[in-house]
Amino acid sequence: MSGRTPSQTVGPFLHVGLAPAPFGFREIFSPTVADAGVAGTHIRIEGRVFDGEGTPLPDAMLEIWQADSEGRYTHPADGRPLASNSFRGFGRCPTAKDGGYQFATVIPGTVAGPDGKTQAPHINVGLFSRGILKRLFTRIYFADNPANATDPVLALVPAGRRDTLMAKPDPAKPGVYRFDIHIQGDNETVFFDA
Amino acid sequence: MVKPCEAEPGHMDLKTKHQDEAHMKDTYSRAGDAADPPYLSPDYVGTRIRSPKQPLIIIPQTLSEITGPVYGHSDAKPEEADLTKQHAGEPLGERIIVKGRVLDEAGRAVPNTLLEIWQCNAAGRYIHEVDQHPAPLDPNFTGAGRVVTDAEGRYEYTTIKPGAYPWRNHNNAWRPAHIHLSLFGPSFLTRLVTQMYFPGDPLFPFDPIFNSVTDAKARDRMICSFDMETTKPEWALGYIFDIVLRGPSETPPDLD
Ligand SMILES: [Fe+3]
Repeated sequence: MSGRTPSQTVGPFLHVGLAPAPFGFREIFSPTVADAGVAGTHIRIEGRVFDGEGTPLPDAMLEIWQADSEGRYTHPADGRPLASNSFRGFGRCPTAKDGGYQFATVIPGTVAGPDGKTQAPHINVGLFSRGILKRLFTRIYFADNPANATDPVLALVPAGRRDTLMAKPDPAKPGVYRFDIHIQGDNETVFFDA
Repeated sequence: MVKPCEAEPGHMDLKTKHQDEAHMKDTYSRAGDAADPPYLSPDYVGTRIRSPKQPLIIIPQTLSEITGPVYGHSDAKPEEADLTKQHAGEPLGERIIVKGRVLDEAGRAVPNTLLEIWQCNAAGRYIHEVDQHPAPLDPNFTGAGRVVTDAEGRYEYTTIKPGAYPWRNHNNAWRPAHIHLSLFGPSFLTRLVTQMYFPGDPLFPFDPIFNSVTDAKARDRMICSFDMETTKPEWALGYIFDIVLRGPSETPPDLD
């Protein structure tokens, strides 16, 4: 038995190890979660990340983890065969100078939840940056999805804060959902602990 | 760990009730979270505006959290485990070998899991454009590496010992020498980003990031140990660093 190794911040130079292409080191992750051939409704998720003063974070990194369009995770604990072996369900994107990030993916299906309940389509998000000592964990839900009404995780969130977890269709960009993250402030995003 | 919710009694009911309900179903331990730093660690100035003020919402561990990206041997090349061999010449500095095991809290090996590695050079300078420390860059050192654990959870990489470097957190602030490490483990909940420090560093008492971990024993688990057996004659000093990821929920707490 042993004690856990504590978490530490990624620091301001995370790109050297985690998004190293600009430094001539082979990149193995990308913001493309689903290639064009993957089944499902293809979307882009775009957003920005803000600190407690409303300033965008130019030095953060997001990781997302999600099920495929049938609600299946690419992982042994899911146990179901996948329709496409090119779908890994994982993406990584450092934020740009304006705090912006973007992922290309598909809308996930519903996923089994506790006590026989069903979870609405959602994407698991990890946020890392200088000043964040341990990954912040949130979820992206889709504002127009009726399954949100019975989602067992959303039910744990005070009603007035649920909106911070909703990605919304961008009226100016077909196929794009917007999801901003506010670490603090009036619209502070809900963060989870599981 | 002092979570924001402990400052807000109104939310304690939610947390307690939910933990009771979810207790029997947890796959991963929650007790070991105590090793981690709080989000708000005021001496580390950056945390003041980059930590949530609202309580975290405790949620059950569902299929979404107990699954996670699986990255293994196809994702790292053997040569990526030697940070001293990425350029035409040898980097300057003290060559070191770092090896150890990746385990979970129950002491079980975590096989086939990816470690991503990054660090500054021997002079304390990152190749990154944001780093303006007036110390020399090394044309023979990028400071990025990757290695995957074997079937017994073992890993090994070769690099040069990183230097200390200044940062502007407070007057005369210097980071102790450290190597950044990122690991996935078997699920979304086992993800870990940490830093490995070197034994006896005189900067430990002054570093708000190292000391953001409030438990002294947990801080010690971020420090590698010098190992003569790993040390190679006429070649490199050896260090051992075991990394312990979040483990099964049945692990009793406080066993170290
Ligand atoms: Fe660093």
